[in-house]
Amino acid sequence: MEIIQINNLTKRFPMGKGEFTALKGINLTLNKGEFTGLIGPSGSGKTTLLNIVGSLDVPSDGEAFVLGNSIGKLNTKQAAKLRKENLGFIFQSYNLLQVHTVYENVEFPLLLLSLPASERRKMVMDALEWVGLTDKVNSKPPQLSGGECQRVAIARAMVKKPSLVLADEPTANLDAANSHNILKTMETLNRELNTTFLFATHDEKVINYLHRKIFLLDGKVDNDEIVKSN
Amino acid sequence: MKLAIKLAIRNLIGAGLRTWLNVIVLSFSYVIIIWMNGVMIGWEEQAKHDMKDWQIGGGQYWHQEYDPYDPFTINDSHAIIPNEFADEIAQGDMVPILIVQGTIYPQGRMQSIAIKGISSNQSLFKQPTNKLDTVVDGLPAIIGAMMAKDLGISKGDYLTLRWRDVNGTFDATEIHIVDVFASNVPAIENAQIYIALEKLQEMTLLPDHATILTFSDQKKERVKVDGWVLKTTETLTKSVDDLIKTKTSGLTIFYFILILLAMLAIFDTMVLSIFRRQKEIGTYVALGYTRGEVVGLFTVEGAMYSIFAALVGAAYGLPFLAWQAKAGWTMPIDVSELGMAIAQTLYPVYSFGLVVSTILIVVITTTIVSYWPSRKIAKMNPTEALRGKIQ
Repeated sequence: MEIIQINNLTKRFPMGKGEFTALKGINLTLNKGEFTGLIGPSGSGKTTLLNIVGSLDVPSDGEAFVLGNSIGKLNTKQAAKLRKENLGFIFQSYNLLQVHTVYENVEFPLLLLSLPASERRKMVMDALEWVGLTDKVNSKPPQLSGGECQRVAIARAMVKKPSLVLADEPTANLDAANSHNILKTMETLNRELNTTFLFATHDEKVINYLHRKIFLLDGKVDNDEIVKSN
Repeated sequence: MKLAIKLAIRNLIGAGLRTWLNVIVLSFSYVIIIWMNGVMIGWEEQAKHDMKDWQIGGGQYWHQEYDPYDPFTINDSHAIIPNEFADEIAQGDMVPILIVQGTIYPQGRMQSIAIKGISSNQSLFKQPTNKLDTVVDGLPAIIGAMMAKDLGISKGDYLTLRWRDVNGTFDATEIHIVDVFASNVPAIENAQIYIALEKLQEMTLLPDHATILTFSDQKKERVKVDGWVLKTTETLTKSVDDLIKTKTSGLTIFYFILILLAMLAIFDTMVLSIFRRQKEIGTYVALGYTRGEVVGLFTVEGAMYSIFAALVGAAYGLPFLAWQAKAGWTMPIDVSELGMAIAQTLYPVYSFGLVVSTILIVVITTTIVSYWPSRKIAKMNPTEALRGKIQ
């Protein structure tokens, strides 16, 4: 089943009096349950592509379909609904709400879905169990280590069991041990919940875990290789 | 909205000291505005109450020529008390007062005064006129404490009083100050003495004449009498209303400055919040909020300062305001010299409307002040906000 379908996608940004083309004629298809990475050096366009897939940005030309929705044709409310119901985000710098507890951070996407309190509680505790943080429910992000923060971010992304999780450099701020823990957690969730993961990374530790590697160079797909079947 | 309120409360409580500083500043505005307005309302009520007790009763009939602000009218401002009011006067529900000009000579100085003749057995006014019903050397008279203080007159003093009768003939006698009373109404104390009505009518050759007829029951239907003008309590207290209105307008500027200072603090906090919380704003959008909803969240967050401030203000303000209502506020200056119907100690009066309107004004103002900088969020690029890039 196709989760992402990208056809001849181009993205240009205004730069001075001219334009900078970040993505040039990208064609891609991602199926459900994939554990895929967009790999490339800084400026290769991987974060831009991730943002478009996440409906945070729109293509300049071409089309990007995510779960059947044409990203370029969604209005802000439809895009927000797509993110709210179907997408999970994991960021390099965690982007946790600093004044909220671990529990409240993980609960946030469920509040947006207006789920009843008892259901929310069960789902939050399940998500925290997946990442091994049930003993930190009342801690706040400043009291946690970097690895713990990223595990909270994973729990927050996974709590609503989204169809697609987008992870932008999820291990960039972590040491090797924490990076492996995080990646193992995500790989387990991918396997057990059949959630599709799309990474943007240039970290070797992440690349070694990927089942499919899409190499981007100067805004183009340079290579697309499947190293492990799902 | 419910979610925005829930998140706003979490964010504000999580922000700690920054929140409480704003909340405390804003709560001062609530308490001070309510207290000062309460003092003004208390003053208005006290002034009107005292005027009724000491000066105007439930309304008055004035002789058509009488103008208290024009001394030249006083000598002609009298007429025979109309028969239509005889019963009411006999029952003590209406009190006639005759006013003529005179002069006293305290300590060798000359002082123009109004001589007020009033029935010694009246009970409509608080002036101790029963003290006039006595036998002493000289003509018994009572005066107010303000005049007594100004002219250095004390109870038991003798003064020379000069007046003219209806024919213009001067006469003089010695008066004996049998009592000095204190009120909060300068208009019934300054430059006037009270003597028995019958005596003044005899002295001026104006039997059965009066200048003012004061009644107690303002609702009673009375016939229209030629030569006498009805003055209702509303008309007679208009000067107090005008004075309070003027004072309140002046205080409005003070309230404006007070709220402005609190709003500046909140505006500054909101601008700083939006500047510092770019990543958080981007995260909200990534998790499924629209930018409009994030604007709403930040606006609600700002508005919640005013709700928190109302609660904090209530915590320390309610005991303070209740104590003030009971103990009153004693002004640091001698109010008898102000020339206004004002007590030395004012007792604030707080109405439900005053509290609700103050809270509404502050909440609405805070919401507007919070919305203003929050609109910037709607123009933000979420992908740049996520990276914490200042926009």
